Formats: sequence, C-alpha cells, structure tokens
Amino acid sequence: MNLTVHVWRQKNGKDAGRMVTYQVKGVNEHASFLEMLDVLNEQLVAKGEEAIAFDHDCREGICGMCSLVINGRPHGGHERTTTCQLHMRHFKDGQEIWVEPWRAGAFPVIRDLCVDRRAFDKIIAAGGYISANAGSAPDGNAVPVPKEQADRAMDAAACIGCGACVAACPNGSAMLFVAAKLAHMHMLPQGQPERAKRTEAMVTAMDAAGFGNCSNHYECEAACPKDISRDVIAMMNRDYTKASLGHREEESKAEGAG
Amino acid sequence: MTINLDARIPTGPIEQKWTKSKFDMKLVNPANKRKYKIIVIGSGLAGGAAAATLAELGYNVACFCFQDSPRRAHSIAAQGGINAAKNYQNDGDSVHRLFYDTVKGGDFRSREANVHRLAEESVNIIDQCVAQGVPFAREYGGTLANRSFGGAQVSRTFYARGQTGQQLLLGVYAGLSRQIQAGRVTMFPRTEMLDLVTVDGKAVGVVIRDLVTGAISSHAAHAVVLATGGYGNVFFLSTNAKGSNVTATYRAYKRGAGFANPCFTQIHPTCIPQSGDFQSKLTLMSESLRNDGRVWVPKAKADVGKRAADIGDDNRDYYLERKYPSYGNLCPRDIASRAAKEQCDDGRGVGPGGRGVYLDFRDAIKRDGQAKIAEKYGNLFEMYERITGDDPYKVPMRIYPAVHYTMGGLWVDYHLMSNVPGLFVAGEANFSDHGANRLGAAALMQGLADGYFILPYTMGNYLAGLGLGPAVSNTHAAFKDAERAVKTKLDTICAVDGKHSVDSFHRELGNIMWEKCGMARTKESLTEALEAIPKLRERFWKEVSVKGGQDSFNQTLEKAGRVADFLEFGEMMCKDALVREESCGGHFRVEHQADGEALRDDTNFCHAAVWEYQGDNNAPALNKEPLTFENVKLATRSYK
Repeated sequence: MNLTVHVWRQKNGKDAGRMVTYQVKGVNEHASFLEMLDVLNEQLVAKGEEAIAFDHDCREGICGMCSLVINGRPHGGHERTTTCQLHMRHFKDGQEIWVEPWRAGAFPVIRDLCVDRRAFDKIIAAGGYISANAGSAPDGNAVPVPKEQADRAMDAAACIGCGACVAACPNGSAMLFVAAKLAHMHMLPQGQPERAKRTEAMVTAMDAAGFGNCSNHYECEAACPKDISRDVIAMMNRDYTKASLGHREEESKAEGAG
Repeated sequence: MTINLDARIPTGPIEQKWTKSKFDMKLVNPANKRKYKIIVIGSGLAGGAAAATLAELGYNVACFCFQDSPRRAHSIAAQGGINAAKNYQNDGDSVHRLFYDTVKGGDFRSREANVHRLAEESVNIIDQCVAQGVPFAREYGGTLANRSFGGAQVSRTFYARGQTGQQLLLGVYAGLSRQIQAGRVTMFPRTEMLDLVTVDGKAVGVVIRDLVTGAISSHAAHAVVLATGGYGNVFFLSTNAKGSNVTATYRAYKRGAGFANPCFTQIHPTCIPQSGDFQSKLTLMSESLRNDGRVWVPKAKADVGKRAADIGDDNRDYYLERKYPSYGNLCPRDIASRAAKEQCDDGRGVGPGGRGVYLDFRDAIKRDGQAKIAEKYGNLFEMYERITGDDPYKVPMRIYPAVHYTMGGLWVDYHLMSNVPGLFVAGEANFSDHGANRLGAAALMQGLADGYFILPYTMGNYLAGLGLGPAVSNTHAAFKDAERAVKTKLDTICAVDGKHSVDSFHRELGNIMWEKCGMARTKESLTEALEAIPKLRERFWKEVSVKGGQDSFNQTLEKAGRVADFLEFGEMMCKDALVREESCGGHFRVEHQADGEALRDDTNFCHAAVWEYQGDNNAPALNKEPLTFENVKLATRSYK
C-alpha cells in the first residue's frame, strides 16, 4: 500500500517544530506501524536525509517505550494496542496519516517524536515501592493473598508507563498512571504499612511535575493500551483524602505535645 | 599471553560451597561502605537488582541504561515465569533437583558450583519478590500458584499471568527508585557505555555517551558491573528488543575480559513465524503454552496446504509426543526447536514458505473449556491474534523457532568477576549458569539471584581487598585516552558518508548468521560465514550512511556503533562454533549426531571456550576452563 504520512519534525527542545509530509510507497499490510516508519526512514536515508527519531524497543507491547499520537489518538486508538502492535492492515491504501509526539507540558519533546518522560520516574521514586530490602523477606506463602485480590492487583500492575493516558487527557493529567501504581500495591497486604504515606508522596510528586488534574473525561481509560480501569482513580482519591486527614491529625498531635 | 581462568570455586561438598564461601568473604564495615563507588551498566533484573541492593547496603552507586527509564530494560518482555525449588506443590522438587535439571538441561556445559548456588538462592528470590508486591498468580486459598515448564517434571514455575518478567522488573525498578530517592543511586537514563577503562589491569570506570546531547564523559569507580544482557541481535531478527546489543561486553572484551562460549545461542521453539522482508523483530509465544498446546504437522506432505481442521487425528504427526514420550511437548527448547526444523526440512511445515508448525489448543479447550484456557493464556492469544490476524481459539497457532537468548557471555569466576579484577558481569551478559542450553523460566531466576543475592556478597569481598583509598580519578590519562578513542570512532563512522543504511548491513549480517551459524551448523557453513563477515564489515566502513553527526540525539549513530560491534563479534561466534567439534545444547554441528540427536564429545570439549582479544588484526586466542562434574554424572541427555 502507498500512504501519505505527515510527521512532526523538531530538531531539539528549543526548535519550534513543524509537520512534514512524506509519501511512503510499498508498505506491506502485515507490517507494524513502526515497521512502516522503518520503511520511511530507509527511503529518507537513500535520499541523504536524516531519519525520523522515534522511541521504541521491545516492539511487542510491553516495554512502554513507543508512543506516537496517530491521527489524533495515542497509539492509534485501537483497543488494548500499543503503536508497535498496531498493524498496517487497519489502514487503507492511499490514506493520509498524521503522526505526532505525546503532547503534554510534563513531557517535553527531545527530538521529532521522542519526548522526555522522566517525570514518571520521579513520581515512582517519591513512593511507588514497598520498602523491603533484599534478604529481609518472610516465606512467600507466609501471608496468603486471596486470588481475587491478587488478580485485581495484577490488573493495575499491568501499566507499562507509556504515558498515553497523559497524552489523551485534555488536562495532561497523570492520574491514571499514579493511581494504577497505588492500586497495585494497595490491593496487596504487603502494600498496607506505607499506604497513606505513599499516596500522599506520589500525589505531591505528580503535582510538582506539572501534570494537570482529573476532570472526569476518562480519555485516559480509552487510550490505555493495557485496559487500566478508571476505578483506580476513585481509590486513589479516597486514599488521598484519608491520608491528608490522618496527616493533619498527626500534625496536631505533634503540636499538642510541643 | 594467556588469561587467568581460576574460577575460585570453594572447596567442600557442593551443598556447603556457597554457605562456606559467604562466611569466608571479607566484609566492608557499614560506615565505610559509602566510601566505595560502584558503576552498574544496565537496569534489568540483574543490573537493577544489583544497583538497588548494593545501595541498600550503603554503597555509592551510579546506574546507566540506554532506555529512557530503567523500567524498560528488556527483562520486561519475559513472559512465562521464574523457577524456584520451593516444592510448594509437594511433587518431589528440591534444591538438588533444580540443580540437577539445570545442569542436565544445559547439556553439561555449565559450572556445577554456580548452578547449585543458583538453585539455593531461587527460593529466596520468590520471598523477596512477594515482599516487594509482585502480584504472582495465586490459588483460591491464597497460596502461590505454580505451573510446569520445559525440561522439568515438577511444577516449580511461579508466574504473573503472561507478564512475569514485567512484574519482576517493576519490582526491581521500585526498589531501585527507592534508592534513587534516598540519594544512594544516581541514575543515568538514555546513556550508553562505549568503553571500559582499566588502570594497572583493574577496571576503574567507563566512558559514557549521553544519547540526548551526544556528550562523552568519564566515570570512575572502585568496581564496574556489566549487566547488559545478551547478543541475540547479532542475528538481526530475534525476540530481543531492538536496542539490545553486544557493545558493552564486546568493548570490555577488547579491554582484556575473556568472552566465553559465544556460539551458545538459544533458538526458542515457539515464536510467531516471519511474515515478510519488512519484519523488524520476532515475537515469542511463551513456552508455558506447551503445557496445554500440542505441537504437530501433517503426516503427509500433500496435506500441508489443507486447513488444520480438515486434517483428522490419524493424519497428524504429534512429533514431540512421538519422539519424546516422557517429556512430550515439554522437552527442552533446543530439542523442540531442532525437531521443528526437521519437520519443515522434510517438507511438512505449514504456512508461508513451509516454515511453521502447529501449536494446537483444540484438545485443551475441549477438556478444560475456553474460559479456563483464556484465564491462563488470554493475553498471549490476544497478542497472537493482533500480530497474525488469526484467532487461536479457533485455528491452531503457527509457530517457528527464533533466536531468543544467548548462553555465552563474558567469562566470570564463582564471584561473578571477569578475569579483569573489578569488572563484574551479571545476568545474561555472563556465561556461567546455563551451559549450552537454558531451561525455561531460568533466566529471570539467574538475573535476580546475581543481583539480589550474589553480587552484594562478592562485591564486598573485592572492595575490602582494595583498602580504603579513593577511586582512580576520572581525569587520569587512561580515561582521556579512552574518551578520545571513542570520539574518533564515532567521527569515523559519520565520515564514511556512504549510501547504504545501517539496517541494511545489520540485516545482511543477520542472514549470514542465521543461515550459517543458526540452528544447524557445519564446517562448510561456518567457513563460508568466516569469509563473508569480514567482507561485509569492510563494505560497512566504506558504504554506511550516518547523517547528523555525534553532537546531538542521533539514533542512526547509536545503531551504527552497535552494528559495527556485531560485525566483529559475529566472526568470533562463528570461530567458536567452528572449533567446537561436537553438538551440545543449542550448538548443533551436523557432523556430530547419533540418530538425529546431538552428540557430545566429553573427552575433548568438556570445557568453556574463552576467547581473548589479541588486537584488531590478529585472531583471538582460545583459552579453556575445564569443567568437572562431580555431582551430576556426565551422561547423554535423554528426554525419551
């Protein structure tokens, strides 16, 4: 198939950037979207031009490295599909396709279609872990975990950290990402000891990184390639409220003691 | 000059070696640990776990990865599970049995003491992961669930749906993030190690390229850990992530580290067959599918074009069940892969080009119901359908072997230290535990054992021996020389200004490797490869096109550097395959077989082949570490 592809080109973070139109010829319908970009890049190299930069690694939908807003939809808008698993059979011969990077204040463009997602790492570093040093763990079967709870934890833990939720949100909110991590840990008994502290720390880090707030559009859920349910956001909000109240109680106790 | 291959295996009975060794190791006083700096390259299961655990102990750690976040290391793509000798199923498992299965599965080309330690630590890994919140599959009573994997007759594989690697890596990443927040690990994402620096024969640091700005910088430390994964991408098409490469380990080899058994590569039997020239990678379908899927091809060549549903049971050849009745569809990977190739070479393969066999769930769905099968494998079935357009609930999957894992790697002793003092190597990047064939669910086990439970001990022993002085400064002449060499090499690549893409050379190299040094190797094919690769390399340095220069974010340049290393490394692989005149595990020399099965030669090849760099214009020197088997009797593997 032959396609007209408009691609966002931007030399670096300071460059204004612009859409550039390319004709891509002879694309196999079984190729993935990224393989189509490989073909385009080969054509650019043959003409002596610089290849289009785009992030990718595993190309099987699990590393979360690939991104791309395709025709206005993160990952192309197919259910449970990352860009690397989107195949060209979903496009028509002669179709026009627009390809852009994630657009969010907290994800600045590095070059062309690559963005900087380190803000996600900062949120996880703020509290997205269970503090358990190597060597200190009890036997794996010491604490039973009901199957249903383990399954729900796994549902939330399936997040690949790609950032499609942020790119899809009109507010550039990272709430689905943050809440998924919290839900994963808070469904499990191991996550309970640090529950309040973790929730507060991660939400604070999320706000500090410049992500917007949730105003219930649920575009995040629709764009998520791993089907993370928006229910996790409600759980986070409940935990956050509880945590902030608890925090104040502690503060007033401390003041009273002083 | 030959290299020192003293493996430092502790004396005493195998069950006591690790315990004794841990006691004998020198310790670093807790207050002194922060004075030591350790560099870790790679943030997967081995590197990430090592970085986090060393920081927990109090060391000062710097960790580098080429991805935009440590959470994306390729360990994340492992699907099926992780082995541990917990014997929760009460089915006869034990540390000794896991040890035995792994030595046998590796076709007697691994080091017994290392494998036993791995089996011992396997149980601690599960505990650690559970404590971190890894959402392993559970039974209704709340206990951990297990499943079976190839090469074993017990159920010892722990799993988190079809995403076990992801969940274990996210556990590692969480622990690592905690140490980053605590200021004990400095993380450098989007960076690449381009050289190892040694002073007085010791590893003292690395030269790093910042992939965003292109800046070259020197980083000094008391010790360096390479946990940079395997070299499967030398084949161009593999199940590895696109960025996986041999550069860090190969450049360490050029600085004196021995490279062991490069020809030991694993071809995984259950991957989605290639569908065209545009293809950029191959996708694995987890081995766990062989628990319930039955592998077959039509008995008659005339039937290969028919729909699977139109071929009756009498006309199907369930060849694994026929050839290996006791292990059946769960025979080890090397055996299953070769058997698939045999059927296809015999003209009974299915699908485009006749390069595929069926993996059929019809009987399992009939027996357990579709819901049960969907619960176990739903995400894998969905992945298959997304890629191929076929629904495996209705028609059998088509699968074919693909390059998946590399057992070879930098040589390490029992302490996971290479022959270069201060250079440690962990995970897939080293050679030690899987011999000539890795069993399923053993890679995750090894990565985490190395990172969580082995390096933290052996590193302390090394550092305590160094004394309390500061690390060599990164302004030392050796760093400056290495930086200059790195910049010159990058400039040289950019200056070629040819007409052909980096990928075109990589593809061509991959073709040579797959055809001549793939599932079946002959003296003739390897000799041909050894002629073709230098010619291709010469063309690369005359005709490759890399635009954009080295001072900016330049993915083409990154790839070019990696392919340049693969073009040298591939030659070493073929040399290793040529001199290993036997068949063992994943290394099948057509000349050495008996009744179609691999024929080992324990008299002449019961050793690790360790290659030593001798300069760009000289052939590498071959050193040998003899392997002795005192606990598992050397025997012909049988899965019949």
